[in-house]
Amino acid sequence: MITFISRRELLKRAGLLTAAAAVPVDSGSLNAQTTRPSAPSTVRPPLEQLSASEFDTLDAVVARLIPSEPNGLGAREAGAALYIDRALGGALASSRAAYTSGLAALDRYARSKTGRPFAELQADAQDGVLVDTERDVATGFDGPSSAFFALVRSHTIQGTFCDPFYGGNAGFAGWDLIGYPGVRTSVDADEQRLGIVVPPNHKSAYEGAVFNRATADNSPHDRSHHGD
Amino acid sequence: MATRLKDTDVAVVGLGAAGGIAALPLALAGVDVIGLEAGTWLSRRDFAPDELRNNYRAWPQSVQKANQEVPTHRPNASAPSSPRPPIHPMMNAVGGTSLHYWAQSWRLNPWDFKVVSETTRRYGASRIPRGSTVEDWPFGLEELEPYYDKVEYEIGVSGAAGNIGGRLDPRGNIFEGPRRREYPMPPLRGCGFTDVMAAAARTLGWHPFPGPAAINSRRYQNRSACMYHGFCNRGGCHVDAKNSTAVTTIPKAQATGRLKVVTRAHVLRIDVDDQGRASGVTYLSDGVEYFQPARVVLLASYTYENARLLLLSTSKAYPNGLSNRHGQVGRHYFSHAQTGFVTALFPWNTNSWYGLPAQGTAVDDWADDNFDHAGLDFIGGGNLWVYSDRRPIAAASMSTFGKTPKSWGSDWKAFIKENADRTNTAYLQKTTLPYEDNYLDLDPVMKDPLGFPVCRITADYKANERSINRFVQDKMERWYRDAGAIAVERGDLGTMGPTTHAYGGTRMGDNPDTNVVDRWGFSHEVPNLGILGASVMGTSGARNPTLTAQALAWRTAEHLAKNFNSIAPKRV
Repeated sequence: MITFISRRELLKRAGLLTAAAAVPVDSGSLNAQTTRPSAPSTVRPPLEQLSASEFDTLDAVVARLIPSEPNGLGAREAGAALYIDRALGGALASSRAAYTSGLAALDRYARSKTGRPFAELQADAQDGVLVDTERDVATGFDGPSSAFFALVRSHTIQGTFCDPFYGGNAGFAGWDLIGYPGVRTSVDADEQRLGIVVPPNHKSAYEGAVFNRATADNSPHDRSHHGD
Repeated sequence: MATRLKDTDVAVVGLGAAGGIAALPLALAGVDVIGLEAGTWLSRRDFAPDELRNNYRAWPQSVQKANQEVPTHRPNASAPSSPRPPIHPMMNAVGGTSLHYWAQSWRLNPWDFKVVSETTRRYGASRIPRGSTVEDWPFGLEELEPYYDKVEYEIGVSGAAGNIGGRLDPRGNIFEGPRRREYPMPPLRGCGFTDVMAAAARTLGWHPFPGPAAINSRRYQNRSACMYHGFCNRGGCHVDAKNSTAVTTIPKAQATGRLKVVTRAHVLRIDVDDQGRASGVTYLSDGVEYFQPARVVLLASYTYENARLLLLSTSKAYPNGLSNRHGQVGRHYFSHAQTGFVTALFPWNTNSWYGLPAQGTAVDDWADDNFDHAGLDFIGGGNLWVYSDRRPIAAASMSTFGKTPKSWGSDWKAFIKENADRTNTAYLQKTTLPYEDNYLDLDPVMKDPLGFPVCRITADYKANERSINRFVQDKMERWYRDAGAIAVERGDLGTMGPTTHAYGGTRMGDNPDTNVVDRWGFSHEVPNLGILGASVMGTSGARNPTLTAQALAWRTAEHLAKNFNSIAPKRV
């Protein structure tokens, strides 16, 4: 059985992300970035795995790991938390329990340290909690808090810089940030010369019907009926 | 009770880089072959340019057999096990890992076949590292040269010859042994960054050249030229320009009508008759057990699985595993020292977002015995390789060279924004030797889902490998600095856990007391059992093993085709 992503499906997936990506980034609010976190989206996207409060905590974490600033959008705007929510039901399912306990522990630690839940803290205070988590100073985690930090960091990078098909990198925010010109199926010699800037094409690998998407979703990858 | 299938001439266990080659000379000679492959067919439509799936989610893997059998590792017999990687470096599919490999297609250098005699001749026998079980191959490069040539032309290899019949050509590798003719295709093109590196190497007095690749630099045998799009690393080719056996030798063998490909065949053991000869192969497919009788069996899975299947195939005739009366199965194991990376940071964009790991510049001046070791404390060396290959998740995961206080947040973000396209990591393949106490066996605890023990690696790098690593990293750092790098980082050699470059375990040699297979690749103990793959190689050289494994596979298969009636037991 071979299925291909439809244009409609792609747009639907992309549309899901606009809620997260639609946060306006104007220089006025960004001047205050050292003290205030970027604003959470007013409309929380429909969630598949995380509870609303888990999502809010995670979304606040990713917004500090890769903050939105004048030099480019961050992980919140890229939809990294939404990517993680989707993936926890499939390819990252083995991390589901770690997120449940880790996000709860992070929030408990934030409350014990500051008296407020993580998502409601100012950016500096959030960073303090994250530094403690990264350095195993934070308490109340199952196992070392640094392991949870590393897990979230790696998934935040995935969710910010992956193909938008997976629910992250909304509006190609991640690829634009680092200057990745995008997925192409053919590259000529001039495009590999020094000093050349290839313009971004803003395309998902699964746009159109070229590639089989049967294994390219967030499903667990032990599904074996494919491509035979 | 297994369902008994119709008899065949040859059963090949595994249709990957080696088994997929062997099928062709057999089929062309009119020998009936059944290829038993654990994986399935994959096609160009399965090979999306998708970094997350390819590089972070263990795809392409249509079947998860290998991932459920990841070998365990411990550095030595009294050390605890290392953490077990979640995924196997190799994959199951028709074509095997030749679907997603880098396709670097090197011949070994002449020294690699004669490490013991050449080291002894030039520096004295005392320079063979203590505890090493290295032997000369039973033949030299000249014996394998015709088979390298056959494979290069059959599958298609792009490259520049450095030595045609003894005449050196600096456009290629002047350290390679004599070849009879040019490569069938010119090398893959360079790019801006590799051109800068090549120029820096020349300034140093070194001899840079474009490395050989089983990738089409132009249209070849009706398949497309490479598109340089950047997803070759753990990705299959969307235009069939990577010359895996799935698009070259296997379909050609099928076209003869002599090769039958059986997919989803999970091989459990090789069976023997009452005279201790191989009688066929037992495999599981969708929960049903089959016995495939065969007059000759060619074992071509992978180094770890070759040793494991032999050790699991116990019988009255071979109570310690098939072809293991001399206790040599699993011995003389080694894996290429591919780790010990060197990464450089440049003050300008390298424009490496596209390209492929096989599109690069090599320096062989510090490999093998291409330089004088008289004043050094090691033998062998490393091949230096820089190439154009970058994808966004990996780029954003880059080291910040100690230049940001944290690996997240504002400073980090500003750093990766500026530098994501300004790093390069060299691929440094270094000599590893076999040692008495580096070996493969069955893990006493860890089992696969069917309840069979997985392969256990007991191995660690020794002083010789650590000295090479320091030496080669020094050379690489010099090269990067001369090309303009402003910061350089080095990695450790790390542990000898499961890898794509695993050798030995069924070593080839004339002496049955120290080798599992003879000079033709057939078991010293089981005359109608051939073994294919890098598991028969006794040295690694400083370069990718695949083309050598393929040349050996062709040679073993051709020998079998020519001598079928003397190798195969008479039909009863």
